[in-house]
Amino acid sequence: MNPLLIVLIIVGVAFFYFWMLYNSLISAKVRIQEALSHIDVQLKRRTDLIPNLIETVKGYAKHEKELLENITKARTSLMSAKTTHDKAEANNMLSDTLKSLFAVAENYPDLKANQNFGKLQDELSDTENKIAYSRQFYNSNVMDYNTKIALFPNSIVANMFGFKAAEFFEASDEERKPVKVSF
Amino acid sequence: MERVNSACSKKIEMNIYSTISQNKWKTYLIMVLFVLFITTLTFVFAGALGENPLGLTGIALIFSGVMSLGSYYYSDKIVLATTGAHPVTEKENPNLYHTVENLAIGAGMPMPKLYIINDPSPNAFATGRDPKHAAVAVTTGIIEILSKAELEGVIAHELSHVKNFDTRLMAITAVLVGFVAILAELFMRNLWWGGSRRRDNENSDSRWQLILLVAGIILALLAPLVATLIQLAVSRKREFLADASGVLLTRYPEGLASALEKIAVDPRPVRSASNATAHLFIVNPFKQQTAKKWLTSLFNTHPPANERIKILRSM
Repeated sequence: MNPLLIVLIIVGVAFFYFWMLYNSLISAKVRIQEALSHIDVQLKRRTDLIPNLIETVKGYAKHEKELLENITKARTSLMSAKTTHDKAEANNMLSDTLKSLFAVAENYPDLKANQNFGKLQDELSDTENKIAYSRQFYNSNVMDYNTKIALFPNSIVANMFGFKAAEFFEASDEERKPVKVSF
Repeated sequence: MERVNSACSKKIEMNIYSTISQNKWKTYLIMVLFVLFITTLTFVFAGALGENPLGLTGIALIFSGVMSLGSYYYSDKIVLATTGAHPVTEKENPNLYHTVENLAIGAGMPMPKLYIINDPSPNAFATGRDPKHAAVAVTTGIIEILSKAELEGVIAHELSHVKNFDTRLMAITAVLVGFVAILAELFMRNLWWGGSRRRDNENSDSRWQLILLVAGIILALLAPLVATLIQLAVSRKREFLADASGVLLTRYPEGLASALEKIAVDPRPVRSASNATAHLFIVNPFKQQTAKKWLTSLFNTHPPANERIKILRSM
């Protein structure tokens, strides 16, 4: 009887351990999804600011029609993007066009002096910070999860149930180049 | 270029994460030792009195627990009231508000309630039993003196205190310290007023009991002091931990390092701080020369600023 009891206890403990492990992997995965959707919240905040920005700029910089159109196009493609990859691409396009807009605004002193424009600039810059921080948080959750499923013996459970490593949020090659500032 | 960058960032990761894990297990170690210490006390006291250890400890624990429960749940309201902090909205100070809000996003915690203390001495503190009930307060002095990166370092440190549940931990240690003090007190009283139980024992038992008695008296005198020292040791470890966790958030250790330099150099004490709230601030608000000699340094609530700065700059 005795050896059987010992075996049963060992099996019981192992089962319990793997059960807790499985649950912690699920929690880690859900946290990643939540962090990802939080990034979307910030991105939406940015796209919501765009129409107001375009209206303000239109009045002062009539000659920049093409730039304004590019911004609108970028915004539309971001709103219609479905996969993470498409969203990231559309987001980068929007960031680039916004950068061009703020660079071009330097040529229009009346526009720069406009209070509304100044406020929108501040809000957009704050939103960029928020997007960066929410990406950082997403990455730290991904690191947590990826580390967990790679460790032993967690990897056994991970492989059994098909837990795969998540993607870090990475900068595009364009973004890794040093920034050129020219006046 | 690529290789240098990855080597540098690897060094940062190693030091931040190892600092964090070191301070975490050191905290656990100290708490385990604390519990063992209390267990020893209980058995010595109870043995010396010839009593059942459970009754004595039960009373002491309940007393201490009830005393500390109130302060734990209302810690934020109490502290904010005594320091004269007033709430600040996004409109009133958008820069400060956004700094705190964005760091909270990075830490994955809800935005804490934000307060300002009217005081030229630069300092800041955070309180609250968990991230959902957190409050952060900064003095007008600190907003003036620090740059954006330095202020971010300080706020990240404070948010880390909340995220690491340090208020909860310090509340638990406060309960244990009170517990030890009451236990020692009960023992001494029982010694004075009790006594009839001791004379009924056989010879060998009573000699053992005499030894316990002597040990008990010595412990009763020293235990409250030892418990306080343990609490202060835990407090210092959590400060190091909050420094490292904050850096993990900002990824810029120099921000906090130069902020600590500026704060430590400023000689003005925070007017409204008290002994009970001193440990919550980022640097001890009484601005005494942080004790250098080993013995007196055991009584510091915070590690010395230059040690913290050295560790930060090595990250």
